Amino acid sequence: MKGGGLRPVLRLRGVGARLGEREVLRDIDLDVPAGTSLGIVGVNGVGKSTLLRIMAGVLRPTTGTAELADTSGQLHEIGRVGSRERARRLSYVPQEEVASAELLVGEMVALGRVPRTRPWSRGGTQEREIVRSALDAVGLADRIDDPCERLSGGERRRAVLARGLAQRCPVMLLDEPTNHLDVAWQLRLLQTVADQAETLVVTIHDLDLALRSFDRLAVLGRHPGSDPGGDAAGDEQSGPATVVAHGPPAEVLDTIGVDLHFGVGSVQVPHPHLEQPHLLIHPRKDHST
Amino acid sequence: MRTTRRVPFVPLVVALVLAWVLSAVVSLAFGSERIPVGEVVAAVADRLQGVEPGKWDVIIWELRMPRALMSLVVGAGLAVAGAGMQTLVRNPLADPFLLGISSGASVGATAAITTGALAGFGIYAVSTGALLGAIGSALLVWLVATAQGGLTPIRLVLSGVVLSSGLSAIASFLVFMSDDPRAANSVMFWMLGSVGGATWEKLWLPAAITLVLGVGMLALHRWMDALAAGPETAASLGVNVAALRTTLFVGLAVLVGVLVAVSGGIGFVGLIVPHAARLLVGARHRVVIPVAALGGGLFLLWVDVVARLVARPQEIPLGVVTGVVGAPLFLLLLGRGRYRFGGQ
Repeated sequence: MKGGGLRPVLRLRGVGARLGEREVLRDIDLDVPAGTSLGIVGVNGVGKSTLLRIMAGVLRPTTGTAELADTSGQLHEIGRVGSRERARRLSYVPQEEVASAELLVGEMVALGRVPRTRPWSRGGTQEREIVRSALDAVGLADRIDDPCERLSGGERRRAVLARGLAQRCPVMLLDEPTNHLDVAWQLRLLQTVADQAETLVVTIHDLDLALRSFDRLAVLGRHPGSDPGGDAAGDEQSGPATVVAHGPPAEVLDTIGVDLHFGVGSVQVPHPHLEQPHLLIHPRKDHST
Repeated sequence: MRTTRRVPFVPLVVALVLAWVLSAVVSLAFGSERIPVGEVVAAVADRLQGVEPGKWDVIIWELRMPRALMSLVVGAGLAVAGAGMQTLVRNPLADPFLLGISSGASVGATAAITTGALAGFGIYAVSTGALLGAIGSALLVWLVATAQGGLTPIRLVLSGVVLSSGLSAIASFLVFMSDDPRAANSVMFWMLGSVGGATWEKLWLPAAITLVLGVGMLALHRWMDALAAGPETAASLGVNVAALRTTLFVGLAVLVGVLVAVSGGIGFVGLIVPHAARLLVGARHRVVIPVAALGGGLFLLWVDVVARLVARPQEIPLGVVTGVVGAPLFLLLLGRGRYRFGGQ
């Protein structure tokens, strides 16, 4: 994406999280420099969404601090930043969302303007134009007057992303934005958000896409200090997660890394015509489990 | 191209306002004593012009007019409260009485009726008892919910429902233990609601509070929309969810408490009118609140007319009429289009 200044926009230090009785995250240190994109990968249920919710300020970490930079680059604890101010710096698009009550697509996307308008505002021409261009970016401009419920799963996903785009924030946090999308939209959507947001944090399942789409990757895996036992990868009952690898995608997702963190074999190969690497995944060959 | 069958907002509001004015005058003709509409119009015009009052003046101006206005105010208030409650708890089955407010009010009112505890308040004894009971029960729901971690929808719904049953039991117990054979009757009549006791003096408080809450929700309509989309979504859109919920809760508790105190527990209006409004104009609070308020008032005004005509010279409780009229009317509206609430 863009070359990065090294000043962090988001900084996590010693972050831990509990959801009810369960300790989900522990000891997470992570910097997201301004102007960079970060992909967060990890097996199902490891806590990627929880981590993103902490970054978004909708969930408070149980331990440690999560900080967000203001316009001058000064870091402030997210929980202390006013919710309105936060929503102007950072837009967060959750993974699953129940469709809003009988709203039209355009009305739902217009909710993205809430942080930037007065609560009694009717929204003028300019606001409508922003909504329209956000919908345009996700290819739904012609559905602006349709009820949300008439959208398919993938269209709804794109509409919610349009709401995130309409927020016009320098930082965007997206939870599994490519779920439910067909291949063309997976590529186009990541490009669209990368073009608009200065700084991007995305959780994603598709390792091949992750390899090519982000400046850096962070892998969430089981905390080494938690109870040993169970398979290294894919055991959802094992203890809290932490960042077990962090760096350039090609390094993080090398053969050893993918085997260690995801329990599958893999090889990176260059695309025959394009200058980009791809990740081929296959079952582990020699491990008898 | 619009693909929805929504009714245009502004013409609908204009039509509803006209219907309010017309209905308020025409409805004065109906009652145990039938007065020709022409006489009604003349009597109202006389009053407005300060002319010497005619022979219908007392019935029209002192009895029926406050009553008509009270039904408009209470209907509007209940509809606004219902719309707010449905957003607060994100549940289509929520009505203004969800927080145990009506049950609490009925305990207070029943205590006033059966024990004569608040006799010092004279004709306001029952209303005062109801108001105290309503505020007490809202406070109790508040304490239970916050002690368990916050005013989340599920906690509010559950503690409200449980408290309602408990308080209803207490009210029944009070009636059962009472020596006065008429107590049961008057308690039941009160619980089912009536605007029969309306006077000019009783009118201003519910009117003022309904106006404040309605305008308040309207002023925060975008935040309300965000809250209806879900707490996490609202929070990520910069809405202070905890503060908005608290404000809404307190506002609704006071509004419903006052409405119940002046008119008893009129069911159904606060449940169906907001849904009907959403069916007509869509789910944004900017349009739902005014349409629900105007529609709720109009609905209750004519419900009250029906209530005093059906079993003349007896009056039947409003809750009976709202149920009988409201249920089929609502089912009819539901059939009009595919309707969803919060994705359900």
